[in-house]
Amino acid sequence: MSAGSGEFGRLLRAEWTKFRTVRGWVAAMAAGALVTVLLGLLSASGSHASCGAGPVETACPPHPVGPGGEAVTDKFFFVHRSLTGNGGITVRLTSLTGQIRKPDATPGVRNVVPGVVPWAKTGVMVKAGTRQGAPYAAVMMTGAHGVRMQHGFTHDVAGRPGGVSKGSPRWLRLTRSGDTLTGYESADGARWTRIGAATLAGLPRTVRIGMFATSPGDLTVTRADLGGSVAAERFTEATGEFDRIAVEGDAPGGWRDDDIGVTLGPDGSPHHPGRAARSGGALSVTGTGDIAPTVEGPAVEDPLGGAPAGLLPVIVVAVAFVTAEYRHGLIRTTLLAGPRRGRTLLAKAFALGLAAFAAALPAVAVAFTAGGRILRANGNVLLSAPPSTQVRVVVGTAVLFALAAVLALALGALLWRGVAAVVTAAVVIVVPHVVATTSVLPDGAARWLLRVTPAAGFSVQQSIPEYPHVLGHYTPIAGFYPLPPLAGLAVLAGHTALVLGLAILRLRRRDA
Amino acid sequence: MRATIEVSGLRKRFGPTVALDGMSFTVRPGRVTGFVGPNGAGKSTTMRVILGLDAADEGHALIGGRPYRALRSPLRHVGALLDAGALQPGRTARDHLLWLARSQGLPAGRVDEVLERVGLESAARRRAGGFSLGMRQRLGIAAALLGDPPVLLLDEPVNGLDPEGIVWMRGLLRSLAGEGRAVLVSSHLMGELEGTADHLVVVGRGRVIADTGVADLIAAASRDRVTLRTAARAAAASALDRAGAAVAATGQDALVVSGLPPERVVAVLNADGVPFSEVAAYRVTLEQAYLDLTGDAVEYRGAAR
Repeated sequence: MSAGSGEFGRLLRAEWTKFRTVRGWVAAMAAGALVTVLLGLLSASGSHASCGAGPVETACPPHPVGPGGEAVTDKFFFVHRSLTGNGGITVRLTSLTGQIRKPDATPGVRNVVPGVVPWAKTGVMVKAGTRQGAPYAAVMMTGAHGVRMQHGFTHDVAGRPGGVSKGSPRWLRLTRSGDTLTGYESADGARWTRIGAATLAGLPRTVRIGMFATSPGDLTVTRADLGGSVAAERFTEATGEFDRIAVEGDAPGGWRDDDIGVTLGPDGSPHHPGRAARSGGALSVTGTGDIAPTVEGPAVEDPLGGAPAGLLPVIVVAVAFVTAEYRHGLIRTTLLAGPRRGRTLLAKAFALGLAAFAAALPAVAVAFTAGGRILRANGNVLLSAPPSTQVRVVVGTAVLFALAAVLALALGALLWRGVAAVVTAAVVIVVPHVVATTSVLPDGAARWLLRVTPAAGFSVQQSIPEYPHVLGHYTPIAGFYPLPPLAGLAVLAGHTALVLGLAILRLRRRDA
Repeated sequence: MRATIEVSGLRKRFGPTVALDGMSFTVRPGRVTGFVGPNGAGKSTTMRVILGLDAADEGHALIGGRPYRALRSPLRHVGALLDAGALQPGRTARDHLLWLARSQGLPAGRVDEVLERVGLESAARRRAGGFSLGMRQRLGIAAALLGDPPVLLLDEPVNGLDPEGIVWMRGLLRSLAGEGRAVLVSSHLMGELEGTADHLVVVGRGRVIADTGVADLIAAASRDRVTLRTAARAAAASALDRAGAAVAATGQDALVVSGLPPERVVAVLNADGVPFSEVAAYRVTLEQAYLDLTGDAVEYRGAAR
């Protein structure tokens, strides 16, 4: 085996030498990298954002960042008190109601109807503090998804489904023991069912504990004229009614009301404020907003929009790297030097993949960091992503270049004809991505394209995941791919392996 | 490794065309073996089968007892020149040899050695796309010599060389054989091999017609023939005809006589009183011997390149 891998190493060095000694190929590969950087920086420079406070333009506030490093929305009405050490809260929830603003029927007249959106939520919460983005765990009733236990913005565990009413109230309980928070629910306050537990690393000894309510905007998606879709969000609010409120543990002081994350209007007064009302032992909490990861807005991968264009010169080089050998008859010399043909073609593919990766990685890293800096300098607030996700986006995009290059090479080896291979590679790798993300196709067709074609590999660029517990406009045009990042890359890798395998078969079977 | 090429019972068809029809021969070390035959006789196909580029339908071809595809670092075992034009035009001569050297685990210094041996040092850093056919042949030879192989296969290496290059190539082939290598050189022109090849494998229609030493071939082709120089051509011809010989005129005062040994020719002429100035054993050129041999094996007359 050592002799075999030594042989592969020699073939790899030979193919690398072949690549780097043709000036045109090196130049075209560099051009692909340059296009990726320049288009990225260009689009970043052209994208400006500012937020208005009345007639005054102000810088947009940054998104709060959750414990996992992702951008979050953390806006709710919180009635809370201090809890030191272990303890818990138990409440009975007797109703969840709300209102939704619909498109105005009479222009200028607010059209508000009663109702709750599916992910309106109210319940009990333990939070490290009142700072937006601070770690928390909560047990809640939702508009349409039953009881849930959520923590850290991205984690969601289902409890029992169903709704809540005066006739069938829902009991909720959240206990703290060290860093562990455990959620329970009950129909009668006697027999309790455990929903789940969360470990909040580094939770301070003193935390805030209490009841909350919030309600995300009402999302409506309509078909756009050309294909694609248009999403609109309208104001909603939710109200939870609690009684039989009991806090256990060292909880000195009284209840405090906080409209966490409330936005202020131009005159400094809160915009859509939440509120709390008390009567006897009962408490009503009304809030608007959400406690969830943010899924809309400019993302860190936006400066990588030049990648599809940058891939085109890479595809041309990749095809030429193999079809030039057929055109000039050099393939025979290559096969004399490496008569085990499968290995020889693999070495060639590997050398080209490495070259494409080496060219793409710095280009993608520069476009990503410099483009991100330009976007921020222009007032854009990028949805932050954890460092590991940022590394995956950058390295994954370079891997995308490498795989696309190898796929193009394999097509060249299979088809022998340079022009046909270049066109085929561009049509299967770049074109599906372009049509799926430019409002040409219906969302369903766009998703299908990005699931089965090699363009699925672009999903490695998506930094904001799709969350089941956040209603969002999850479409390709908004930067959401139907497959998880690595699965998308795997689809591309699968296509590449398949075509390379066919090319090897053809090379083995034919006289050279 | 034994420095030999053994070809045994190769058969191959391209559709309805029989390219190889039981091709068998052996190339031994220490001599230049000419591989000759008309175009379409199967020379290039045989060489491609030996080198593992084409697969034969039947039979086998071994280098030092092993099929080409089983060789590790094959260029250290066999050097081949098939098509001197097979070059990436944008790559320099040195870089072309460099990637070949890398593929065999050979040091870069070996590249400069072979460039010097073929006299291309000054053109080493020029792009191969601008090379003349003669320079490409030299570069192809350099590639074949790169791994210092004991076996060499050269397909029409003299093609495109200027007279000086032809002389150089002949000297190189002789010295390579002198170093104990097995050298197989194909040509469709026997004259190119005169003075170079020690041994000949003559092929036609996909099979071997003759596998013989050059001296033996000429002797065999010349056998029983006598050249006669005489001013009385007609008288000599009728006298010899009556004695049972076949006579052919080859010039104003020259005849070639077959069917009678020289001493009988002299006796017949003397008996009839026919004057003559010279009687000698006829010695054909290699080209003539080859044409006699392949006369019925030429498929495409007039199609010679």
